[in-house]
Amino acid sequence: MISLNGVPTDGRDGATIAELLTALGVEPPGRGLAVALNGEVVPRGVWDQRRVADGDRIEALTAIQGG
Amino acid sequence: MAAQDQERIPLTDTPFVVAGRELRSRLILGTGGFPRLETLGDAIRATHTQLVTVALRRIDPQAQGSIMAVLEECGVDVLPNTAGCYTARDAVLTAKLAREALQTDWIKLEVIGDERTLLPDAPELLLAAEELVDEGFTVLPYTNDDPILARRLEDVGCAAVMPLGSPIGSGMGIRNPYNLALIVERAGVPVILDAGVGTASDAALALELGCDGVLCASAISRAEDPVAMAHAIRGAVEAGRLARCAGRIPRRTHALASTPDAGTPDFYAAPPLQ
Repeated sequence: MISLNGVPTDGRDGATIAELLTALGVEPPGRGLAVALNGEVVPRGVWDQRRVADGDRIEALTAIQGG
Repeated sequence: MAAQDQERIPLTDTPFVVAGRELRSRLILGTGGFPRLETLGDAIRATHTQLVTVALRRIDPQAQGSIMAVLEECGVDVLPNTAGCYTARDAVLTAKLAREALQTDWIKLEVIGDERTLLPDAPELLLAAEELVDEGFTVLPYTNDDPILARRLEDVGCAAVMPLGSPIGSGMGIRNPYNLALIVERAGVPVILDAGVGTASDAALALELGCDGVLCASAISRAEDPVAMAHAIRGAVEAGRLARCAGRIPRRTHALASTPDAGTPDFYAAPPLQ
């Protein structure tokens, strides 16, 4: 099980970062998106290769209005 | 404005340059609080700004529309912020994510102390600023109206300082103009008033006090007519800057006649009115 944006999520172990983003309804590598895996930035160049594993905490972010 | 005036302004003014980059407007627009993306686009055009802020939040699968599309359509540059961060750790990670998301080294650094005031947490802010400068960021910190903290932020390598006029979204204007003037007097980097502007005159005052620019969000986005207020604040920023360059008269306790005494006639022969 992984934690995706704070939500415990089953059945996603082994998915790539790009697949997780697609499941969230965005199209990687769109401008304005960023991903942290266990508190570290995942560069957009590896979103297609990097796979998540059981226990991983993923924060998938986007630019919004603010400031 | 007459053609003659347009020619004269550059003689007294200097370009607005932050970290070696010349910005065409001294007004930076915060994008928070606009009820609709369409209004945001209209307000951006009305301000003539070159730089607008964005925040980073978790992807919301239900979200409608994309702010990035609006910003690209308007042809403006993006200044990501670290809004909502309470620690240096979170602010530094957010800045790194923003750099990845938006391909910019510029970051408006916010590290706040509590939810009620949204005032900066000075020790965490300084710690985060130092770390981000070391990481190669161009750091624009949202700071208190504290001249010493502003100097410390400049000393660790911040590209500008962004003191508040009053708390974020309060619309209370510039509560301590003397502190702001002290910051301006000592600063070797641009000073950009951030937070507190409630209406056009607040923005004009910031420039009159010597601030190099103003960042404005709620005053425009939450006005009854955001686009009209965007026009008003743009005019105020230009007026305030021009007034600063023009050099205001000193304040005096007593009157100083603008009409000369010399040549005043003596009407001794005229009878007094009954």
